[in-house]
Amino acid sequence: MKISTFFYILRQGFSNIRRNILFSLASLGTIISCLFLFGIIYAVVVNFQSGMKELENTITISVFFEEDLPEESVQLIGEQIRVLDYVNTMDYISPEEALKNFCEQNYDDPEAAMEAFGDENPLRNSASYSVTLKDVSKQAEFVAYAKDLQGVRSVKSSDVTADGLSTLSSLVGYASVGIVVILMLVSIFLISNTITIGITVRKEEIGIMKLIGATNFFVRAPFIIEGIIIGAVGSAIPLVLLYEMYEKILAYVVGRFKVITSIFAFVSQEELFKTMIPVGLVLGIGVGLFGSLVTTRKHLKV
Amino acid sequence: MIELENVTMTYPGGMTALKDVNLNIEKGEFVFIVGSSGSGKTTLFKLLLKELNPTEGKIRVAGYDYSTIKKNMIPKVRRRIGVVFQNFRLLKDRTIYENVAFAQRVIQTPARFIRRRVPAMLTLVGLADKYKSYPRELSGGEQQRVAMARALVNNPDIILADEPTGNLDPKNSIDIMNLLEDINKRGTTVVVVTHNKEIVNEMKKRVITLKKGVIISDEKQGGYIDED
Ligand SMILES: Nc1ncnc2c1ncn2[C@@H]1O[C@H](COP(=O)(O)OP(=O)(O)OP(=O)(O)O)[C@@H](O)[C@H]1O
Ligand SMILES: [Mg+2]
Repeated sequence: MKISTFFYILRQGFSNIRRNILFSLASLGTIISCLFLFGIIYAVVVNFQSGMKELENTITISVFFEEDLPEESVQLIGEQIRVLDYVNTMDYISPEEALKNFCEQNYDDPEAAMEAFGDENPLRNSASYSVTLKDVSKQAEFVAYAKDLQGVRSVKSSDVTADGLSTLSSLVGYASVGIVVILMLVSIFLISNTITIGITVRKEEIGIMKLIGATNFFVRAPFIIEGIIIGAVGSAIPLVLLYEMYEKILAYVVGRFKVITSIFAFVSQEELFKTMIPVGLVLGIGVGLFGSLVTTRKHLKV
Repeated sequence: MIELENVTMTYPGGMTALKDVNLNIEKGEFVFIVGSSGSGKTTLFKLLLKELNPTEGKIRVAGYDYSTIKKNMIPKVRRRIGVVFQNFRLLKDRTIYENVAFAQRVIQTPARFIRRRVPAMLTLVGLADKYKSYPRELSGGEQQRVAMARALVNNPDIILADEPTGNLDPKNSIDIMNLLEDINKRGTTVVVVTHNKEIVNEMKKRVITLKKGVIISDEKQGGYIDED
């Protein structure tokens, strides 16, 4: 395509929007609200999932050994656990560490408590492997596996939390995908309507263009540009808004509710928008492009 | 250049506008098509532009057989034809300049070429000072001349002019016909539909007369046949 043709088509695309300003604004508005909603859902889901990941990593399963189990057997159990591909981390907790953890969790002055116990470690038989999994839904499987290992006395886990978390996570995922799909369909419908009106208004002009030798591409291109512009502007505006808002909300929440940030780490603005900007732009432009391609194909047949 | 073989055109309402027409126009010819209102002259042009498809018969233009032509070749043939439509068909919301430039944009002419060519064409039809006007601000005759400029701007191989002097005074009519004759002398095939008896008789060109969709006369150096 020649460069002047490209600019001509671009100008025509803008002029289409200008001449059909009300409908263009209507579909622009829909895309903006759709993508704004999408952005909010996206931010919530990304934060939720990152929180989940963190929670999953803190859900530890303790594998305790039989009394006076020899060193080699303990190591053998360790190897049999490590070989599983869904195991994230595995740490050996010695009786001393177990006591230290116990004192830290239960006494105001852990060091004094430690000294009080002296050499009489009540947990001398409570050495364990502390295991975290890559995927909480594998917890039941792991517990069953570990219980059957030679030399294992007991396995302690928190089943309720694990199951609840994985169902909640997929539920939120499905719901948000559903909402976004519906919003996108509404946007496509409106863009398609806008372009249909543009074509109807310019039916005579299109007829003349074709009779003096315009190709289908030449006739279609301005309408497709129109769709792309509406899609691009319609995604840029909510993305900028969300970008500004997210920073403010984060700053507010972190400043106001310090407690939350100690148990829940928010995804940073930079990290969230590193994926949200391309996804949002692709969705917006994709909706505009798809809507205009389908509509022009339907109405501009020779 | 233009060939019709047993062409019949019946409109969806049942009106047969052309009946078993056979016609051959060579490259470089100048041909008048005459005939009373409703005799099928505009229908013939619509067939040549492939705006309509004939009910029966074969049409060949510039080497393309319209019954077998590929869709993507249709714009290519149309670009070789410059048309002055009977009702002008100018774009209402674009200036005179844009209307003429438009024909060049369609065939992807570079912008710098358009900037030189369009004013030259408007000067040729005597409308250089009206380039900023819109069609509704022009008289019928002026609009007709804009349509003429648009038809000529791409240097087509064939010119189809449907009553290009229908709204012009005698002086302007003669100017336009002289213009068409000049272009014809440079090798362009020119087909003109007209009701202008004096001009037809004076120019001594080939004249094809249509009556109710049938060619009733085709003379090498003919005159205007009055049916009444
Ligand atoms: N779109 C149409 N649908 C149905 N009938 C049509 C259509 N266009 C033209 N006709 C009919 O076909 C016949 C030929 O029309 P055409 O326009 O070719 O005449 P013409 O020779 O150009 O006349 P004029 O000198 O008035 O322009 C007429 O009887 C007309 O009523
Ligand atoms: Mg006519």
